[in-house]
Amino acid sequence: MYWKETFRQCKDIGLGSLSIIAIISTFVGAVTAVQFAYQLRTINLVPMWWIGSIVRKSMILELAPTISALLLAGKVGSNIASELGSMRISEQIDAYEIMGVNTPAYLIGPKILACVVMVPMLIVIAVFLGIMGGWGVGVLSGIYTPAEYMRGVRDNFQQYDIFIMLVKAVLFGFIIAAVSCFKGFNVTGGAIEIGKSSTQAVVLSSIVIIIVNFLVAFLLL
Amino acid sequence: MIEIKDIKKSFGGHEVLKGISATFESGKCNLIIGKSGSGKTVTLKCMVGLFEPDSGSILYDGRNITEMDFKQRKTIRREIGMLFQGTALFDSLNVQENISFPLDMFTNMTPEEKMDRVNFSLKRVNMENTNKKFPGELSGGMKKRVGIARAIVMNPKYLFCDEPNSGLDPKTSMVIDELIQEITHEFKMTTVINTHDMNSVMGIGDKVVFLHNGLKYWEGTNKEILQITDGELFDFIFASDFLKDLRMRAKY
Repeated sequence: MYWKETFRQCKDIGLGSLSIIAIISTFVGAVTAVQFAYQLRTINLVPMWWIGSIVRKSMILELAPTISALLLAGKVGSNIASELGSMRISEQIDAYEIMGVNTPAYLIGPKILACVVMVPMLIVIAVFLGIMGGWGVGVLSGIYTPAEYMRGVRDNFQQYDIFIMLVKAVLFGFIIAAVSCFKGFNVTGGAIEIGKSSTQAVVLSSIVIIIVNFLVAFLLL
Repeated sequence: MIEIKDIKKSFGGHEVLKGISATFESGKCNLIIGKSGSGKTVTLKCMVGLFEPDSGSILYDGRNITEMDFKQRKTIRREIGMLFQGTALFDSLNVQENISFPLDMFTNMTPEEKMDRVNFSLKRVNMENTNKKFPGELSGGMKKRVGIARAIVMNPKYLFCDEPNSGLDPKTSMVIDELIQEITHEFKMTTVINTHDMNSVMGIGDKVVFLHNGLKYWEGTNKEILQITDGELFDFIFASDFLKDLRMRAKY
């Protein structure tokens, strides 16, 4: 196992995506809270503290894993595909092979491992920040009090939801890395083909993520 | 010494190599020349194991690489250094890391020993004090030198160079040619160079193999090549009417 390369990939994928994941998930949590608050006020039958519960459940089961994965498919996936593609075109992969390096183990293995480890971590952070985004809406708007919101967040918490989230996160991490590595590693041609493979990696991994998301929900919920 | 025997290679039904046999001698600069599309690069890539020939054999000092599994090939590959057309330096690594990469991967040297070896290689190609520069900061000629330094750092028995002069001005090309020749003689390596540069042929071509349409058309030395008076090789050497005219005037 190439640990040095794996840690480098972990740093690139994890730290490199942290800011975008933080921004997106905070606002996703916030907008979920605002829209449910709007609906609950219209109905006027359901207590406002339910919003905390709705945001938590939505973030854990669906929004954080899926939106983060789609975002990472775009950012990390295109990066992996174009990096490997340009290495292929510029003969860097050939250079590794001539030296006797097992190129799939050296170039693909660390990327897959890094994604499988880092994507769940990013998704856990996304869940936390999404819930905090919902809390922030209450503080800023006064639609519900922070205490009401936190009561909802704590209410009827099920550990199984976390299990589902982690299953999704690990699978999504694997899909992003595997699809992008496959597309990038097998590029032939020139700069145009690198661009095409990068686009194909994002599109294909996004489609696979959506399908797997449905299958996991269908089979495990 | 490297021998190739009746190498054939096709891509999608198009036969690129139609049965090439040749011998590349140790301690000499062996040049493969030919027009674009004649099969030079495919021959070289078959020799180093990047392409698998459809038939034929490739012998490194009697060891047939076409019959070896991945593990056995690894041993041969440790004895091979290669300079790529575009140098293929790793963008994310600086000069020192690029050169020490094979040492890091395949040796148990101490950091001091590795540093000594890297500095020796860099000194050999006149690139001292560039250890911390990245490939993007180097000129074309400097990249070629670093590529050579990386190729020789493991003290290889066989050196392959794919179009070492492409993209270089004539003077830098000569410097690179001379460097390859010096290293070949100094370390008694079997060097195989893929080129279509006639200056290289005349300057360092201890042995020359001319390919045409996927077949070996001619084999000899750079002295003998000037005796050619007609045919495909003549057209290749004296590609321009100006050169042909100049030769005719010199003759009569």
